[in-house]
Amino acid sequence: MLDFPTWRKIWLWLIAGLCVFAALPSLLSATSIRWPDALPQPMVNLGLDLAGGSHILLEADAAQVAAQRLENMEENVRNTMRSADPRIRIGDVSTRDGRLSFMLDDPGQVDRARELLLPAMNGTGLVREWDMAVEDGNRMVLTPTQEGTDQAVSDAMESATEVVRKRIDELGTREPTIIRQGDTRIVVQVPGLQDPDQLKTLLGQTAKLEFKLVDQNALPSDVQQGLAPPGSEIFPYVDTSDFAGTSLAVRRLGGIRGDNLTGAQQSFDPQTNEPVVNIQFDSDGGRRFAKLTTDNVGKPFAIILDDKVLSAPNINEPIRGGSAQISGSFSVETANQLAISLRSGALPVDLAVIEERTVGPDLGADSIKRGMLALGVGSLLVIALMIVSYGRFGVYATAALGINVAMLLGIMAALNTTLTLPGIAGFVLTIGAAVDANVLINERIREERKRGRRVIAAVENGYHEASRAIYDANITNFIAGVLLFLFGSGPIRGFAVVLIIGLFTSVFTAVTLTRMWVAGWLRKTKPKDIVL
Amino acid sequence: MKLLKLVPDDTNISFLKWRVPFFAISVLLIAVSWALVLTKGLNYGVDFAGGLEVRATFTQSEEAPVVELRDQVEALGYGSPVVQRFGEDNQVSIRVRLPDEVSADKEAAQQAANDIVDTLQAEYDDFRLDGNDNVSGKVSGEFRQTALYALLAAMGAIALYIWIRFEWQFGVGALFALFHDVSLTLGMFALFQLEFSLQIIAAILAIIGYSLNDTIVIYDRIRENLKKYRKMELPALLDLSVNETLARTVMTSLTLLVALLPLLLFGPASLFGMVAAITLGLFVGTYSSVYSAAPILVWLGVTSDSFVPTESVADEQEKKARGLV
Repeated sequence: MLDFPTWRKIWLWLIAGLCVFAALPSLLSATSIRWPDALPQPMVNLGLDLAGGSHILLEADAAQVAAQRLENMEENVRNTMRSADPRIRIGDVSTRDGRLSFMLDDPGQVDRARELLLPAMNGTGLVREWDMAVEDGNRMVLTPTQEGTDQAVSDAMESATEVVRKRIDELGTREPTIIRQGDTRIVVQVPGLQDPDQLKTLLGQTAKLEFKLVDQNALPSDVQQGLAPPGSEIFPYVDTSDFAGTSLAVRRLGGIRGDNLTGAQQSFDPQTNEPVVNIQFDSDGGRRFAKLTTDNVGKPFAIILDDKVLSAPNINEPIRGGSAQISGSFSVETANQLAISLRSGALPVDLAVIEERTVGPDLGADSIKRGMLALGVGSLLVIALMIVSYGRFGVYATAALGINVAMLLGIMAALNTTLTLPGIAGFVLTIGAAVDANVLINERIREERKRGRRVIAAVENGYHEASRAIYDANITNFIAGVLLFLFGSGPIRGFAVVLIIGLFTSVFTAVTLTRMWVAGWLRKTKPKDIVL
Repeated sequence: MKLLKLVPDDTNISFLKWRVPFFAISVLLIAVSWALVLTKGLNYGVDFAGGLEVRATFTQSEEAPVVELRDQVEALGYGSPVVQRFGEDNQVSIRVRLPDEVSADKEAAQQAANDIVDTLQAEYDDFRLDGNDNVSGKVSGEFRQTALYALLAAMGAIALYIWIRFEWQFGVGALFALFHDVSLTLGMFALFQLEFSLQIIAAILAIIGYSLNDTIVIYDRIRENLKKYRKMELPALLDLSVNETLARTVMTSLTLLVALLPLLLFGPASLFGMVAAITLGLFVGTYSSVYSAAPILVWLGVTSDSFVPTESVADEQEKKARGLV
């Protein structure tokens, strides 16, 4: 037990040294000493509960993605059937029960319709996205597959995350963390943010911009009662509009979406001096916008943002330049926010804030200062107690404890983990476990001495017998830690990570390192008796 | 140099003599704890109940106007708030459990948070917003569920490991001790109506870890002594094991206590609940290892045979060597 060949000593010092080295940047960041830039910079991140900042959990509406897919497929089917040669006439189109069904006027065209639609069933990915069936001879039913829907949700989340990232970058905040969580969630963490409201407004805005033709045949009385004529749908005006409280009927199909923008800026209308947003389409979007305005000169079209009508101006002349101006009773601030949202692209799906936590930076800093003071005093008391009780062995235990804390920080830094308040509970438990290991060993050596064993044998036995309980206790806690990590939510995981890493470092330092030191001392001085 | 010895050598305290009354007290305390949890209920924070929590400091005031705050927030019509001092005298936490129709509508929940902060900011010049939490009912439900699953899974796995390493009786004993510790902690939180948040779950996990450590140390000594003294009566053997590990138990508990007390006395306010729970658990966990985990072994009938295989490989080899087979 007390044999430590040189190569083993070198290994142990190397491991300890590397871990402590990794902790240095984090430890020095609390002081004024600068860590050289040329060296690696592993850092323990402080959780928002300690450092201050905002944590926002966003959830996407997956049902909306499915509905959007159905709508796109409907348009696709109509276009395909219309442009078929000879044209295939369809009717009784329905998107109820999450599936698209329609009747063919001529049952003889079923096979041709099937052939034309087949490419759309497989989409672009590797999975089959739609199932196609024929009922009663001439009714075709398209049902989205689960894999296809999952894929669509996943794609939507991917681009939503990208949009969120762009919008936060526009705010110029430093080091935001934006991660997808689970199937439909995005976690946004922004350290040290003073005004989370602006961020939330920005993230909550879907910025789905649509231009649709106004249905001029709809009866105003029907529209206000929410009755849309066939082929039309009803949108309310935004609350800031002069027409707030009323609604407008627009043609469901044939409009264009403001997805293909190359730019958007807040500006002022030269005539009315009202805040407006100028947008520029890319070439494809510009072409489609030009076609829409050319075909419908003299008619009104509605500018719809997130399912609310901003305004419904008349198309006075074709707009071919690829840029347009959006007015809609904006204030300078809301116009600016809309410009940012449009620049970063529309969210492919609505996001709602389902959890928000903000900690003011003052409180975070105060917490750390008080925590450090308390930990310092506590450590001094522990050190005093250990040395008074175990003398030289207490000094070894204390040194091991110091290295333990530094190693734990170092490994956390190297793995780029985050220290949170629950993590501090894990820290306390880890330090407790390390102290306990040394207490167990030292008490056992005392016992063995009392039974009359010689110094070397007593120390050997002490380590050997105590190790069994130490390992059992640590393995049990390790199992608990792993399960907590697997089953727990965020804060519990923060605890589990520190616990798991800490169990390794405390066994390494409290058992292995102290044994190496004790062995070295015994070998050098060969004492007849030890003070313990 | 004379070193400090907290426990004299060769103590011989009959811990197990009082096992029946003490165990009865333990069972009673568990029952009382659960009765408290079920009748008074836990004072769930926003993590588990959903709703809003606003934390603020009145920077220029000696003391926060708790009563006025309660009335002012209640007047906004989001239900009656819980206003508590939080750390210093001039710091408060204001918790509002939003009415269902408000919390269901995400925009309305957001509006409520802004409403409260704006109103108070207008009312008090020295109002400094330290932080706010806004947790929807959906998320808080998930927190409750995952916390429960994580705790149950961890406790189950712990019992299983101890069963494999020791004997099934030890597994039962350790599990009972953990149940005892968790119950009493919950009971304390119900009794004093301290805020029960995710941090407290972390504290309970630390308590479980510590109590488990304690139990395993005593069990390890019992296992060792069972092999050593095969003829000794079980209660006497348990007493011996507890006495032999007493010095370690006292020393470890004291060390942890001196580390925790500064955190409790002048640590950050945000840590107070967690540290208080861990400190309490330190006592409960030590007690349960001696008076719950050990006596159960007597009643479940652990014998020295549990660890000394009747016909081991070694025995067979010995017989072979003697030419008996």
